[in-house]
Amino acid sequence: MKSKKDPGSSAGPNPGFSRRGFLGVGLGSGAVGVGLLEKPAVAEPAGAEVVGPQAVPVTLNINGKPVNLTLEPRVTLLDAMRNYIGLTGAKKVCDRATCGACTVMLNGKIVYSCTVLAIDAQGKEIQTIEGLAAPGELHPVSAAFWNNDAQQCGYCTPGFVMAATGFLKENPNPTDADVRHGLGGNFCRCGTYMGIRKAVLEAAETLKKGGASNG
Amino acid sequence: MANTPDYSWPPMETRQVMGQNIKRLDGPQKSAGRAKYTSDFTRKDLLFAAYQTSPYAHARVTKVDTTPAERMPGVKAVQVVSPAGTEVQWEGTEIVAVAAVTEEIATEAVGKIKVEYEVLPHLVREDDLTKAGTHVKAAGEKTVGDPEQAFQQAEVTSDGHYGIPVVTHCCLETHGQVIEWRGDHVNCWPSTQDVTRYAGTLAPNLKVPVANIDVRMDYVGGGFGSKFAPDSWGEVCARLSQKAGGAPVKLFLDRATEQLIAGNRPSAYAKIKLGGKKDGTITAWQSESWATGGVTGGGSPPLPYIIANIPNQRQNHSAVSVNCGPQRAWRAPNNQQASYLTCCAIEDFAAKAALDPLEVFKTNLNLYAPEARRATYAWQLDKAAELAEWKQLWKLRGQGSKGAVKRGLGIGFNAWAGMGHNSQCRAIIHADGSVEIEIGTQDLGTGTRTIITQVAAETFGLPVGAVGLTIGSNQLPPDSASGGSTTVGGVSASTRKASVNALAKLYEAAAPALGVEPAQLEARGGKIQVKGGGKSLTWAEACRKIGGGGSISETGANDSRNPGGLIAAGASGIQIADVSVDTETGVVKVNRYVAVQDCGLIINPRLAESQVYGAIIMGISTALFEQRVMDEQTGRMLNADMEFYKLAGISDIGDIVVHMDIRPENDKRGVIGLGEPPAIAICAAIGNAVANAIGVRVPRIPMTPDHVLDTLDGRAV
Ligand code: FES
Ligand code: FES
Repeated sequence: MKSKKDPGSSAGPNPGFSRRGFLGVGLGSGAVGVGLLEKPAVAEPAGAEVVGPQAVPVTLNINGKPVNLTLEPRVTLLDAMRNYIGLTGAKKVCDRATCGACTVMLNGKIVYSCTVLAIDAQGKEIQTIEGLAAPGELHPVSAAFWNNDAQQCGYCTPGFVMAATGFLKENPNPTDADVRHGLGGNFCRCGTYMGIRKAVLEAAETLKKGGASNG
Repeated sequence: MANTPDYSWPPMETRQVMGQNIKRLDGPQKSAGRAKYTSDFTRKDLLFAAYQTSPYAHARVTKVDTTPAERMPGVKAVQVVSPAGTEVQWEGTEIVAVAAVTEEIATEAVGKIKVEYEVLPHLVREDDLTKAGTHVKAAGEKTVGDPEQAFQQAEVTSDGHYGIPVVTHCCLETHGQVIEWRGDHVNCWPSTQDVTRYAGTLAPNLKVPVANIDVRMDYVGGGFGSKFAPDSWGEVCARLSQKAGGAPVKLFLDRATEQLIAGNRPSAYAKIKLGGKKDGTITAWQSESWATGGVTGGGSPPLPYIIANIPNQRQNHSAVSVNCGPQRAWRAPNNQQASYLTCCAIEDFAAKAALDPLEVFKTNLNLYAPEARRATYAWQLDKAAELAEWKQLWKLRGQGSKGAVKRGLGIGFNAWAGMGHNSQCRAIIHADGSVEIEIGTQDLGTGTRTIITQVAAETFGLPVGAVGLTIGSNQLPPDSASGGSTTVGGVSASTRKASVNALAKLYEAAAPALGVEPAQLEARGGKIQVKGGGKSLTWAEACRKIGGGGSISETGANDSRNPGGLIAAGASGIQIADVSVDTETGVVKVNRYVAVQDCGLIINPRLAESQVYGAIIMGISTALFEQRVMDEQTGRMLNADMEFYKLAGISDIGDIVVHMDIRPENDKRGVIGLGEPPAIAICAAIGNAVANAIGVRVPRIPMTPDHVLDTLDGRAV
């Protein structure tokens, strides 16, 4: 198992130091590993399509629905969601793959959306916290966070809920030690970790039993 | 009304809603990502703003050429903050801001603005006083008794050097706001700890009447003492909006700027000498301390902390001015530093006397101030020792484990006032039975929404779900800043009073139907009933008796100077850290952390515990990892980010054991704030535990591997 803070092994040295070079870094908690993004930016193959700098049409498949946008290629998935689509559950906190507040799922795997370009997220299933449960309902992981008071100001909470959801997919029967290791890629300033530990273990139980939420 | 109504809390054993572990009322919104913070503000016409800031710690601005930004398509307004001639006193000072139609354009445009500087000499480090030269100013001297003689007569003396660095607030939601300035009206959506006073502070700068400024905030992503004022960015944001024809402008600091200028805790360094008797009685204190809170100096820890009545003392304190972002209040200002310096000196004294520090903390209880808390500390020392298995696990300094990994225990203590602030509340009961509570307060994540609702529900004899609550606007009855652990006392008292007043009116409306005097009624279990049983009306039936306008609207106020019996000041706590130190790698791990804390009457034990957990986790983070690292060569902060400004993660905190001291004698005192007291003693307890483990004092927080290894190798200052 690998913490988010470990750099992705395939990211390799990156002479260009471009934002895309970090794509391998922002991978999810647990055993998500690398290979999530089709091509690490360093070794951009010859003949790759060059777009921009002007805005280009972009289609994102978010929470099961296609969203058509016109975006400059430099816009991150996080900024696209927050500034262009109005999906503000994912938060911009460090903006460089350290804190996990911007966590979403890409093809079922956890990523830091501040470190994925929107144009690179095309053709993939993007799931955000808004897509976890129908309006008025709570996903079992969100419910477990509520039940265990795993939020104070709540700014880190959506990122933690997404990270925990992805973690539980990979680790449906976690121990307390697994939780401590697997959620090491998210930070909370208010200090809600004690509640989060309990919440993730409770959510694992609920999900095994079929996932009814108590919202 | 002839008599003052009885506002006092119902007795502990009869409370129905207060004292219950009600789940945080805004929890579903937060955990489903539906809570809207100011930084989540979206609107079609929203403009995004960005700053260019100074790369120099000390410089004079000689030129600001904004034309490259003004020419860029999409740029709607440019505001120069530091024009040519301005002396910049710290890195990160705002020079110029740009508002544009997208965040990308704003960032790019502001980067194109050409700023020139004349670079001036700087000082950015204060840890070595001998290098600070003219930046050092005397900041206080004090002599009590006859320290000279006391040290001569002392049977044991101990000496130590101690330091606790500048740390940043690092709120996850950075500082900022959205402001829309149309005509003579200004709409503000700040990220603030003080909704009520935001408009009043901003108004003079904008030259707009306070009454024309509307302030709204539902959620705030952390403050910790750094978000009391609109700040310069509030005014800049408003001016950008005005220049852009009144479109709303969103201006939030980026992470680096947040770390540089949006708040930090002052440092504190000291040489401390203690003298006393072989039995552990402390008779003499001598300290030479210094601190910085930025250019204006600042940071003056109250020494000696808690054990304030040491009969013979000599102290002197210096303030160091550095070219770094200014200090702000940081969750118990000055207290963490004071607790660290004092508790470490006591531990070193105990080690020198070969005594158990737990006993030394107890032997000197008669020196604690205030006197009224001594018995509480005595009880808490024993309780914390029991929970930490002190008797079984504690060994004399350095005489614990044999191998490379050493285990140690250490103690820290805290004290805080936490008296409720001025607060006004309106309670409205409608003829259809619905209830609304209105207060212009804010919920920082401390659970303010939940506890206000619990107090109102308790008073009305209703479940929490029957009480509606509106907070977060300056159009509501005024509250005060959420700082100094004053909110819970303020809002609980004002809510109690407003609710009791409204209920008195409901009794008047319902009494005739029950054929009794209003004074004979009580509200319990969803009913208005004759006291001691007998006839009753359901809540809904009673509310239907409300005549006239169809609703009762009553206010209640808490006056912090005349609080009545509902609230009090004076929380205290004892904490014990149990750590392991790997003497080969220098890594410190927290095994277990025990906190015993009182805060008077507790409205929601679950939320109270969360406050203590949070305070301890933040404290562990500062004790093990956090420090602002300044480079004297360039004058720059080397870790203005979150990779190298390291916060504790979920695996770094060990196991935390919280014991809320809710004995009836504490409950009787009324409600006392809890946000800061448990955040005070963590550096102290962990610092002491490390010293106990490895046999030598690591003088400087944080307890990083390099600080530990330097100490073990004799390289420490
Ligand atoms: S904002 Fe993306 S990891 Fe911090
Ligand atoms: S709840 Fe505030 S940062 Fe986690």
